[in-house]
Amino acid sequence: MSAHGTTQAATQGHGAAGHHRNYVKIWAILVVLLVISVVGPMTGIRVVMLITAFGVALVKAYLVAKNFMHLDIEKPIVHWLLGLALMFMVLLYAGVAPDVQKSDGQNWKKDAGYHHLPPQPLEGAEHGGAGGGHGGAHEAAKP
Amino acid sequence: MAQHSHEAAHVAGASHDAHHHQNWFQKYCWSTDHKMIGMQYMFTGMAMALLGAFMAYVFRMQLAFPGHAVPGFGLVSPGQYNMLITNHGSIMIFWVAMPVLIAGFGNFLIPLMIGADDMVFPRLNRLSYQLFLLSALVLIASLFVQNGGFGGAWTAYPPLSADKHYNLTPWGSSLWLIAVVLEFVAFLLGGINFIVTSMNSRAPGMKAFDVPIVVWTIVIASILFLASVGPLVAGAIMLLFDQLLGTSFFNPTRGGDPVLWQHLFWFFGHPEVYVVMLPAMGIVAEVMTVFARKKLFAYKTVIYTIIATGVLSFFVWAHHQFVAGIDPRMANVFTVTTLLISIPVAEMCFVYIATLYGGSIRLTTPMLWALAFIAEFLIGGVTGIYLGSSGLDVFFHDTYFVVAHFHYTFFPIAIIAVMSGVTFWFPKMFGRQLNEFWGKVHFWGTIIPFNGIFIPLFILGAAGEHRRIFDYSNFEHMSKPWMIDMRIAATVSLVVMLAFQIPFLINFVWSMFKGPKVGKNPWNANTLEWTADSPPPHGNWAVMPEVHRGPYEYSVPGRERDFWPQDEKV
Amino acid sequence: MNIPTGRLAVWWVLVSEIVIFGGLLVSYVMHRLGQPEWAEQAAHTHLWFGATNTFVLLTSSLSAVLAHRAAEEGNGPKAAKLLHLTCLGALTFLIIKSVEWTDEIRSGFTLQDGGFWSYYYTAAGLHAFHVIVGAVIMLWVAASARKNQDLHRVENIGIYWHFVDIVWIFLFPLLYIAK
Repeated sequence: MSAHGTTQAATQGHGAAGHHRNYVKIWAILVVLLVISVVGPMTGIRVVMLITAFGVALVKAYLVAKNFMHLDIEKPIVHWLLGLALMFMVLLYAGVAPDVQKSDGQNWKKDAGYHHLPPQPLEGAEHGGAGGGHGGAHEAAKP
Repeated sequence: MAQHSHEAAHVAGASHDAHHHQNWFQKYCWSTDHKMIGMQYMFTGMAMALLGAFMAYVFRMQLAFPGHAVPGFGLVSPGQYNMLITNHGSIMIFWVAMPVLIAGFGNFLIPLMIGADDMVFPRLNRLSYQLFLLSALVLIASLFVQNGGFGGAWTAYPPLSADKHYNLTPWGSSLWLIAVVLEFVAFLLGGINFIVTSMNSRAPGMKAFDVPIVVWTIVIASILFLASVGPLVAGAIMLLFDQLLGTSFFNPTRGGDPVLWQHLFWFFGHPEVYVVMLPAMGIVAEVMTVFARKKLFAYKTVIYTIIATGVLSFFVWAHHQFVAGIDPRMANVFTVTTLLISIPVAEMCFVYIATLYGGSIRLTTPMLWALAFIAEFLIGGVTGIYLGSSGLDVFFHDTYFVVAHFHYTFFPIAIIAVMSGVTFWFPKMFGRQLNEFWGKVHFWGTIIPFNGIFIPLFILGAAGEHRRIFDYSNFEHMSKPWMIDMRIAATVSLVVMLAFQIPFLINFVWSMFKGPKVGKNPWNANTLEWTADSPPPHGNWAVMPEVHRGPYEYSVPGRERDFWPQDEKV
Repeated sequence: MNIPTGRLAVWWVLVSEIVIFGGLLVSYVMHRLGQPEWAEQAAHTHLWFGATNTFVLLTSSLSAVLAHRAAEEGNGPKAAKLLHLTCLGALTFLIIKSVEWTDEIRSGFTLQDGGFWSYYYTAAGLHAFHVIVGAVIMLWVAASARKNQDLHRVENIGIYWHFVDIVWIFLFPLLYIAK
């Protein structure tokens, strides 16, 4: 197959539309968004932090998918596929969360999951050396 | 080839260069030919089926005659018993049903039925089989390591599977898990190949609704697999880390959540049932139309039904967990969805029965298998309605009723439909005909004992016999004389059924080399694979076919012949 | 007109990847929401390491998409050069990651140290595995692109790379920012 043929295959579908994009500009926007998501937690306000963390992540993902993956000029079926996969993950969450996020039910109670238990060393695993530094940082972490 | 993309043509072209000077190894072990890969999957699956059947024989003998040495195995210890049932389940689903139904028939049929010269990624296809073979070898190796193979059931519920102090098989359980993950990766590669091939490489003129049902079902099954297996791949990695690295995902003593694994497992595990069921339904559709000499009743309805089944299958998984302590409100939801999914499945059965109505039915061996599929699968489906209702399931859960139910679904899928397909496409695979008489002997010798195995198990299960018990003689209420008799009846039926596989194996091997030769189209069928030589050469056709009509134009009024091949111009 | 075969296959690969990462991250989110005390563990992650790595991956995505443009223009050698640059980004990412992990393990936060750290290392490790696989494939694609062969593959590996980038875009707030 000639080089000409492969080039044609590469441009097929996406072609000229890609040439009008200013990829560097999009990258600059992404970096600015990254800075916002880093600055967010510094405000100390939880709501602001959540918005700058996850809201910005959604915007970043949207920009990358639209401009770098060229999803905006891709065939609709691809949108359906990716959307469906994401929908299934929402479904997984909806079906599983009622159990996993629940600490008790009829005649049962999940104790262990809600306390940070000290790790149980695996048999034969060396825990001595790492244990020293481990202890200090770890105790501080406990409520 | 208008619908071939540049790349597909290019890749397929590259694979053709290979077929000039092939030695034995290149032809049978290193081939990129889709037919050879399909055959490799099929033979590997068959070999694994023999292993799985042997396991079933050993533990059924143990259940019927506890305390006696099993001929060919010896005394069964409780640990070995667990290992046998676990690996019987895993092998029959992951290493028999999946490779034979999806990968075997998929590889063999998809390019032939859509008029392509090969898969779009032949080398990826070869890699897929090699990974699968590796996974099978890892699984077999896991049976022989220190402390024996994994014994935590094919569902591998933690904490039993997550902690070697509980399962006592540190090597077996990890190797089992690695084998399963390798197998998933193999089928992901294969599945993407199937989907892309059928989307991009169809023969000129073949529109979506000219594609035979079996291709539709295999492709939709591949999509289901692809979309459902992800959480379990993640879950398997997590479980492996729990076993080997001491993470705390599923082990409650470390703060993990065992119910999460059940959800991840069944989020895959239930669509998986439909992943193997749909190709079986597809095979039956092909066989029925050919031997009823009649157009498939409601072709488009079948396709919409397949899609509906696929979508619904994602909404039913928690019906396996009604007694696992899940939220009772969720149990209500999952009961409703589970009962709903019986509608499209029943609809498919009705469509096939309607196809038979008014046809001129020929009771050849493949047709007998196809008819038996509908009959036996219906029993499996109807008993599923009992188990899908959360109230009844509390009573039936983990009894032999469940075992009998899913064997009444999986046996028709993995054996009856496969036999139908094998006997139907055997002439295309090897260019020779199977012996009809011994085919029918094998059919009756399999179907009758099959019911003899599992009808007693329904009754025992309803009487409260719990699964996963190694020796019932310790339980007085489970060792009444009639119960013991039923267990023995089931075991004897199993031995009879296994004995009747010998004529099949002899018939198969003998016909491969000595059977009467056949032409291109021995069954007078319409679909494209019957326009290729038997067996088709590398590249399938000298002149690629064009498609002019749908796949099921049988007995069209006003035509001299009762079939109308898809590629015939007039 | 159909989607070119290679690109179509990449989209299907991404569907399967979405559900693999999705399964892991959905499990993580459920546990995280159910166990507020995990936030105290998350406080020990290094925001700046994560932010630097996000920057590295975003930049490597830029070079990947520029390589795609070069391939569209038929300039194979330029595409190969840009792909190599992307691989350099992958390498930088992995080096930063290993420095970060070394520091955390030295401070005593290991894989066996409870739920949060199990998810932290597994999610980031699975992502790093994808980075390695992507970089290896990219080197292979670049080798043929340099000879002006199979230029359509530049776009395909690029799409995969942007997906790996997007996964990290979500891992970053999930593991590092949310406290």
